[in-house]
Amino acid sequence: MTAPTSPAPASPAPASPVVPLPLGGPVERYRALRLIRGFEELALALVTSGAIPGGIHPYIGQEAVAVGVCSALGPADRLTSTHRGHGHVLARGVDPGRLLAELAGRVDGLNRGRGGSMHAADLALGILGANGIVGAGAPIAVGAAWAAKQARSASVAVAFFGDGALNQGVLLESLNLAAMWRLPVVFVCENNGYATTLPAATAVAGSATGRAAAFGIPAEEVDGMDTEAVRAAALRAVERARGGGGPGFLECRTYRYEGHHTMERRMKLRYRSPEEVEAWRAHDPLPRAAALLDPATVAGLDRAVAERLGAAREFALASAHPDPAGALDHLYADGLRPRAGAVA
Amino acid sequence: MTRLSYTKALNRALADELAADPAVCVFGEDVGAGLAGPTLGLLDRFGPERVVDTPLSEQAFTAMAVGAALAGRRPVLEFQIPSLLFLVFEQLVNQAHKFSLMTGGQAAVPLTCLVPGSGSRDGWAGQHSDHPYSLFAHAGMKTVVPATPTDAYGLLRSAVRDRDPVVVFAPAAALPVRETVTWELAPIPLGRARIHRPGTDVTVVAVGHLVHDALAVAEELAPEISVEVLDPRTLYPFDWDALAGSLERTGRLVVFDDANRSCGFAAELLATAAEQLRLIAPPRRITRPDGAVLPFAPALDRALQPSREQLRHALRAVVKES
Repeated sequence: MTAPTSPAPASPAPASPVVPLPLGGPVERYRALRLIRGFEELALALVTSGAIPGGIHPYIGQEAVAVGVCSALGPADRLTSTHRGHGHVLARGVDPGRLLAELAGRVDGLNRGRGGSMHAADLALGILGANGIVGAGAPIAVGAAWAAKQARSASVAVAFFGDGALNQGVLLESLNLAAMWRLPVVFVCENNGYATTLPAATAVAGSATGRAAAFGIPAEEVDGMDTEAVRAAALRAVERARGGGGPGFLECRTYRYEGHHTMERRMKLRYRSPEEVEAWRAHDPLPRAAALLDPATVAGLDRAVAERLGAAREFALASAHPDPAGALDHLYADGLRPRAGAVA
Repeated sequence: MTRLSYTKALNRALADELAADPAVCVFGEDVGAGLAGPTLGLLDRFGPERVVDTPLSEQAFTAMAVGAALAGRRPVLEFQIPSLLFLVFEQLVNQAHKFSLMTGGQAAVPLTCLVPGSGSRDGWAGQHSDHPYSLFAHAGMKTVVPATPTDAYGLLRSAVRDRDPVVVFAPAAALPVRETVTWELAPIPLGRARIHRPGTDVTVVAVGHLVHDALAVAEELAPEISVEVLDPRTLYPFDWDALAGSLERTGRLVVFDDANRSCGFAAELLATAAEQLRLIAPPRRITRPDGAVLPFAPALDRALQPSREQLRHALRAVVKES
C-alpha cells in the first residue's frame, strides 16, 4: 500500500537542525557507526521490497571513514559527498528519517524527493550534495574552501571521493588549485579497492598519496577500517587547513562488503572472491569501536539505534508521495516556470 | 553623451556589479591582464581576491565557481573561446543547472558564464568558431545573446544578479558595434525581447550580431517589404508573448540564427510557431548547415554562416508564398 499523494509543501523544506552530529567521544562515534550500518541494512531491505525506487550504493564496511572524518569537523565546515554518500550525510547529522524519506522519494525527504540517494544534500549542515558523477564534488569543495578563505572564515571543506575519482582529470586540477592557493580543503580518498568492478591495482598508476605529494599536499595513508585512526589523521589535516596551512589528503584504505550498487545483488559477478570479502570483514570497524566501550553500553546503543531506525522507517513510509503536478518545482531558484512538454 | 563599445559595455557592467555587491567575483584565464577586454582594469580596482586569474583548468574552476556560489558568492566566469563551453558542459549543465531541482530548492547557484567572442572570428577555424547557445537553451540554462552595447551592459548586470546560472554569449561579430549612448545604462530584465524595427509584412527573429544584418536588410527592402526585426536578447527563457504579438501583426516568420540547423534555436521557434502561433505562410529559417564545423579559409568560413543574401531571398519568398 502506498501513501496518499498530496501537494508538495509551498514553504521551503524544513532544514535539519543546524547542529552536526556530536562525534566527540567513542560512545558517540560507535553510535554513529551503528546508525550508518543499520540505516544501510534497512535501506537494502527497502530496495528489495520496492519501497526505494532505483537503487543505492551501500556504504556498509566504510563507516569508519565517514565517522572518523566528520568527527574532526566543526559546525561551520562543509563537505561534498559521492554516489556512496549516506554515511557522510548521516555522520554529519542529517535525520535518518528524512534521508530515508528522500531515498523513498517522499515529500518529507531531505530534498523533497527531488534528489534521491545520489543527490542527498543539506545546505544548512554544510553538505553541498552527494554527487552522481565520480570526482565532481572535489572541485565544488575547493570552491567552497576558496569562498571561506576570502571571507576570512575558519570554515574547512572536505571532499570525499573514491579510488575511481583518482583517474578523473578534474580531481588533479582540483589538487593543483587547492595547493597553489593554499585553500582550507581536505581531500579524503576512500579507497575501497574497486572503481565499480575495476580493481584499483589495475587502474591507478603510482599511488593516491603520491599524486597528492606531487602537488606538495601533505598526504597520509590511513587504516580506513579504524575509526580512531581516521579521526586522528583527519584532525591533523583539518586543523592544519583551518590554521592556514593549506590542503591535506587522506587515503583511507577501506572496503565495501556489498556490491557497487544494489543491482549487483541480482547478478553473479566474479570480480572479487567471497574469501576476499570475508578477509576484510575481519577488520570490521564496528567491533573495533565497540571494543573501546563496555558491553552493556554497546547493547544499549544498539537498542537505541534500532529504535531510532524503526521510527525513521515509519516516518519515511508514512510521508506522502509528491504530487506529479509539482514535478518542475524548484527547477529554477527564481521560480521560473518552464513550458510544459505538451500544448494544453 | 558617451560613445560606448560592446566590450566596454561588458567591462562597465562587470565593474558596476563588482562595486555593487561584494559577493561578486570573476574567475577566468587572463582576466587579470584583461586579454579578452571585459575584465580590463578590474584587477587593479578590485584586487586579486575578487578578480582571479586561473590556471588552464576550466573544469576545476567552473566547478569551483559552483562551490563558491553554494557558499554565498556570485562568480562570473570568462571563457575566451566558445568551444571551452564543451569542456565544462558537465560542470554547467550537470552540476550548476541541476542543483536547485536536485536539492529540492535548498540550493541556488548564481553563476554567470561570459563568452566574449562567440561564433566565428574570421580565421580562427574549427575549434574557436562555434556558437553553441542552442545547447544551453536546450538544456534549460538561461541563455543570453546581446546584440548591442546597451543590451550587453544591461543583460550582463541582470545575469550576474540572477539566482540561477546564466550563459552570456557576446558574439565576436557584435564586438565592433558602438553606440552613442544618451541614456542612463541600467540592468535589463532577462527574458524580454526587443523590437528594433516595427514592420507589418514579416517578422525576422535575429540572434546576436545577426540583428545588425537583419536591420540592414530590412532597410534595404523597405520599399518592397515591411520587415519587423525582433531581437529575443534572451534565448532561454524566450519571450513567447513578444513573438506571438509580432506574428499577430505580420503572420510571417523568418528566423536568422547562427546555430547549426538540426535541433538549433531556430528549429524551436518554427516548431512553436507552427503549433501555436498565427502564421499565414510557411515559416523559414536561415542557419548554419547541419553539423557545421567552420573551415579555416575565410571564404569557406563565411560560406557556412547565415548571410544577408539568404535573408533577402527568404524574405521575398515568404511574402510570395502567402
